[in-house]
Amino acid sequence: MRSVGDMNSGEIGVISGFSDNMDLQSRLVEMGILPGVLIRVIKWAPWRGSVQLQVRDYHVSIRREDAENIYIKSILA
Amino acid sequence: MQKSFEKDNRPWLALIGNPNSGKTAIFNLLTGLHQKVSNYPGITIEQKRGNVKINNELSIDLLDLPGTYSLTPESLDERIVAEQVLQWIHGNDRPAAIISVVDASNLSRNLYLTSQLLDLDIPVIIALNMMDLVKKNNETINIKALRKQFEVAAVVPMSALEKKGIQQLKNVISIAINKGKQSNHTQLLTKETKIREYLQPIKELFTKKFGYSERLAWAQSLRVITRQSAMSLYENPHEPSLQFEPEFIKKLSLLRENAIAKLEESGFPHRTIEATLRYHWLDDLLTKSDIKSTKSISTITPSEKADRILTHRFFGPVIFVGILMFIFQSIFSWATLPMHLIDRGVGIVGEYLIASMAPGMFRELLVEGIVAGVGAILIFLPQILILVAFMSILEDLGYMSRVAFMMDKFMTRIGLHGRSVLPLMSGYACAIPGIMATRTIDSWKERLITILIIPLMSCSARLPVYVLMIGAFIPAIKVFGIFNLQGLTLVFMYFLGTGTAFVIARIFSKLIRSQSKSTFVMELPPYRIPLARSIFHQVYLRGKQFVFNAGKIIMAVSIVLWFMASFPKTVNETTDVNPIHSSFAGKIGHAIEPIIKPLGFDWKLGVGLVTSFAAREVIVSTLATLYNVEEGIGNVVSLTEALQNDRDPVTGGLVYSPLVALSLMVFFVFAAQCMATFAIVKNETNSWKWPLIMILYMTGLAYFGSLIVFQGGTLLGFGI
Repeated sequence: MRSVGDMNSGEIGVISGFSDNMDLQSRLVEMGILPGVLIRVIKWAPWRGSVQLQVRDYHVSIRREDAENIYIKSILA
Repeated sequence: MQKSFEKDNRPWLALIGNPNSGKTAIFNLLTGLHQKVSNYPGITIEQKRGNVKINNELSIDLLDLPGTYSLTPESLDERIVAEQVLQWIHGNDRPAAIISVVDASNLSRNLYLTSQLLDLDIPVIIALNMMDLVKKNNETINIKALRKQFEVAAVVPMSALEKKGIQQLKNVISIAINKGKQSNHTQLLTKETKIREYLQPIKELFTKKFGYSERLAWAQSLRVITRQSAMSLYENPHEPSLQFEPEFIKKLSLLRENAIAKLEESGFPHRTIEATLRYHWLDDLLTKSDIKSTKSISTITPSEKADRILTHRFFGPVIFVGILMFIFQSIFSWATLPMHLIDRGVGIVGEYLIASMAPGMFRELLVEGIVAGVGAILIFLPQILILVAFMSILEDLGYMSRVAFMMDKFMTRIGLHGRSVLPLMSGYACAIPGIMATRTIDSWKERLITILIIPLMSCSARLPVYVLMIGAFIPAIKVFGIFNLQGLTLVFMYFLGTGTAFVIARIFSKLIRSQSKSTFVMELPPYRIPLARSIFHQVYLRGKQFVFNAGKIIMAVSIVLWFMASFPKTVNETTDVNPIHSSFAGKIGHAIEPIIKPLGFDWKLGVGLVTSFAAREVIVSTLATLYNVEEGIGNVVSLTEALQNDRDPVTGGLVYSPLVALSLMVFFVFAAQCMATFAIVKNETNSWKWPLIMILYMTGLAYFGSLIVFQGGTLLGFGI
């Protein structure tokens, strides 16, 4: 399954779900990052440790391990 | 948690909002400078309260709560908000209304929190901030529709940046207080019959036990099901008045387990259920009711363009280091003139007092105790203010979170967290706000390690020591044509502290065990030009804090020192033995001299090291007092000259050399010398263990660091 961890800068995807053992998912959903929502990868940090994303109307950064636990249905662009 | 506004019966309101929603800017606009920040020591919670004059008849109190994304706590900061709210639910000290600050340019995520506030049976006013951004992006928000759909007391479009909407907000506050209108919005759970069925037993327990209203009971049931952290608010509340019987807790957790099992069985993941329901409701509402024009997700913002350079994989880190270098070089050059003026001013006052008063004990106390003490406080102010101004500018600009974004990988590697960067950098100004800022790090282990190493970041209290020693003993020569050797020495001290901090962090991260995993979710707000008044405000608050909090200690120590250095008075007519040798201070200094001799320190520095355990900067006033006393009454000598010319009474050689100055500075880089820091560490870690560990490791580093510098330097022939 593709995850946000596989996405490159500039790509837009639709979230399909989370990996079951991901502790962070409760916080992410509270911030509006939930299945069905569009997500755009803005850029990867130096050394690819974390990734800057756009969700809804804001930018957020998460670590690569967590990005790999967010699954993507389809990549739009 | 303390009761908020008990002393008078003024109505009070709470200000709640997401981080970066401009909540504090609105608080500042409403209260002006009439605010009180509860601070160290003794209080771990930074609560800002202020007084707002609404009109001629009405004046209210306002409480600014920490920024939060949800009433279900994730970090300590958020737990503070959740606990306050739980108190209100249970009828303790309820606010007359809640002002929910919403970033209009980021509507749906901000309204999530608002939707949680609507369930509390407390009138809600939406302060729709950042309308300037909405306008700039050519978007529109239908205020009327928003108000109607949310059924809140009022929606006030505002721009804290342009100071717009404040009067309207005040009007609305007065109406809300008089009317006390409550919202009555559509229940989230109406359509979800299955979920309702599973939650029913918990809802009934809440209604029966606490008399929660229908809507509140549903909301609370949903919340405790969703998150353990919401459940733990009932299990271990910090507020003593909210102790729930074990019987109730047992029953609640049993019902909770049951409901969770049923939900999971029918395919609802319980950990995301509250957010899923609310966002579905919210997104539905926002699209249907035409509240906001939708923006394409692929719109590239100006901030994104700026980030192409500022967080570039190569230029980003380079720019960051460049900014740090620039800040420290400017502190050194810009602060010189005001410091010189303050120094001269204090000297003139001292000379005037000596000329106009009769000699005696009182004049001595005034000149050598009090005037010297005031001088010692004021002299740091230029540097502290410049540093605080820089830090506030970077923070308000939105740059600090970019730094955390870039540095997280590196920080994780040394056992820290991307969010450790900000507290560590605040540590350059003062360890105390830095340690308090670690509350945003949501994993305990990383937070603890950050707390333990923050005092190694050279705080502004060390600057006076560096400045004194560098100014007196390091020559102002140019290196590579552009850098000043004095400035470079200063930068070296900062790097020494910071570098050691990283090594120590790595060691602690190997030693400290933890079961909870580190997490990192951080918003990157759009870049904004910092507001001059916001910077001034922060500079003013910090400056005031320094003068009155640290100043008090410095003043007291200064007077005690004058006493210790002047008494007991010896009737000793032989002029070659200075009376200070036989004073209390001299005795202590002489007593510890054998221990500190290998570091290159004489007994006077020994006195300084003892007194500076109260606060680092005290060493400067101590030395000032000691040298003034030694010169005897007659003139206030410049401390720099006194240090440069001080000679050993036995050998006749100079007491100080550049090597001694370096050794002393290294000692100050590492040494644990600040009572206020220990108080705050004790508070934040809730134990004596960690502050003690901190003192031990730092003192050890200081002693051996200085020992290596002085003995090594002497061996290499840098002794004189």
